Amino acid sequence: MRATARVYWRLLVAGFRRKSAYRLAALGGLVANLTFGLLKVAILFATVRAAGGHLHGYDTASMSTYVWLSQGLLGSVNLTGRTDLALRVKDGQVAVDFLRPVDLQAATLATEAGESLYALLPRGLPSVLLGAVTVGLRLPTSPVFYLLGAVSVLLGIVISAATVYLIAVAGFWLVETRGLQILYMVASGFLGGLYVPIMLFPRWLGIVAAATPFPSIMMYPIDVLSGLGGAGGAAELVLAQLAWLAGVAASGQLLTRAGRRRLEVQGG
Amino acid sequence: MASAGAPVTGAAETAGLRERLRPYRAVLASRARSQRAYRTSFALDLGSSALVGVVELAEVWVLFSNVTALGGMRFNQILLVFGLADLAFSLADLSFGHLDNLPDFLRAGTLDVFYLRPQPILLQLITSDLSLRRLARAAVGAAALGIGLATSGVSWGPRTMVLLALGLVSGYATFAALFVWAAGLQFFLLDGAEMTNAFVYGGRYAASQPASVWSRPLKLIFGFFFPMAFTAYLPAVTMLGLPGPDWLPAWLGWCTPAAAVWSWLMGLLCWRWGLRHYQGGGG
Repeated sequence: MRATARVYWRLLVAGFRRKSAYRLAALGGLVANLTFGLLKVAILFATVRAAGGHLHGYDTASMSTYVWLSQGLLGSVNLTGRTDLALRVKDGQVAVDFLRPVDLQAATLATEAGESLYALLPRGLPSVLLGAVTVGLRLPTSPVFYLLGAVSVLLGIVISAATVYLIAVAGFWLVETRGLQILYMVASGFLGGLYVPIMLFPRWLGIVAAATPFPSIMMYPIDVLSGLGGAGGAAELVLAQLAWLAGVAASGQLLTRAGRRRLEVQGG
Repeated sequence: MASAGAPVTGAAETAGLRERLRPYRAVLASRARSQRAYRTSFALDLGSSALVGVVELAEVWVLFSNVTALGGMRFNQILLVFGLADLAFSLADLSFGHLDNLPDFLRAGTLDVFYLRPQPILLQLITSDLSLRRLARAAVGAAALGIGLATSGVSWGPRTMVLLALGLVSGYATFAALFVWAAGLQFFLLDGAEMTNAFVYGGRYAASQPASVWSRPLKLIFGFFFPMAFTAYLPAVTMLGLPGPDWLPAWLGWCTPAAAVWSWLMGLLCWRWGLRHYQGGGG
């Protein structure tokens, strides 16, 4: 058991170190984050002001917190739906992965979590910091929110990787998964609250969003970290994330086992 | 003799030009054919591309479900801005968007192949592909523009027609120039490709916003340096007869071609600079 845990820990560290090799890429991401952040601030502040200063519990300070936390998380959660695994399923190289004495899903998620955690350092934290300096934001004072927030961010990262994993293994049946990938990209950004916080959605659209794993990826971690709904609300959101993780991860295991039998590697 | 000579030279020149354009036409036609060869895949591509446009519009609509006006514009007026921006951007993306692949060529060293052909490299790259699926997103932009024009109380006349035509053509040219501009910088950035996303895709996002909500630094960056306000917001303001915000008076809606020329100057300058910097892929 301990030996197994150590293997996945090593994979996580390897993912972390792999990302750390591309410093210029991280800087590029940071510049893009800052630009989009300033544009989001402009339009969302105008919306809050047009509504008279308060909108569904947001004022300009809490809206700024939302914008910069979302920009900070952007480099760490997967909202594009693209993975290396999808390519490996398509060209059959995944057969090699199956020969290794590790669980395909656990190994993929551990590596991607490592890469995502590294991205918090050069992209996540500086984005929030730059936002705090240029626009200003409001963070909670109680340590409860930071503790729950750390758990929630980690859960968001793993849920996004586990959901994208589903697209990759759907390739055992579909081969070409680009359609699913684009669908994921469009839906996860919009329903996950990347451009507009979900609280601002009309009621019906809010219900649609809550019926998908996407808010668990970005919106819930932001709500927990900013302490908007109080400690009780934050705990509820983390529980919802845990439930989504269990559901998505279990589906991934089932699909992997079924797909493994379908995999047909061409050539000799 | 002299009067007869001119048309003959003219005809010869046209024929020569046609001959020179033939390789580009052949490549583009083959790219267009190859995308339509797999019908289901192409239909899915068109569908997903349209979905991207619809969801982008939905993001704007969600904001307006909370308030009646943003930056001095109602929803049907914003449709005009969104439509102009998205139509022009999608068409530029269709014809120039694949310049984004340049970092892949640079990393793999395959750009060197382009040097072997007796054609300008930028022109080869531009005509190397044609993403027909973007037509679906352009259609979403065109629909938004049409609804905006019909419902926002624009007075029809030659003035509006000229503004619209100037705005669309200049907007297309401006976005296309941004892709060239970004490609030129890729020679230096390599792994930092995402940096240019800030002004190419960030620029598209900025272009669909009412520029009146921008802070002063944003007005400098996206109002003038990367002239995004000129692609949609300013022509729309002029068409609607609205007063422009500080620094962006409504008469600037007539100056959209200047923004396109400026962007192309900067784009070509960066491209030349980048190409000179390039040392080859080795091997």
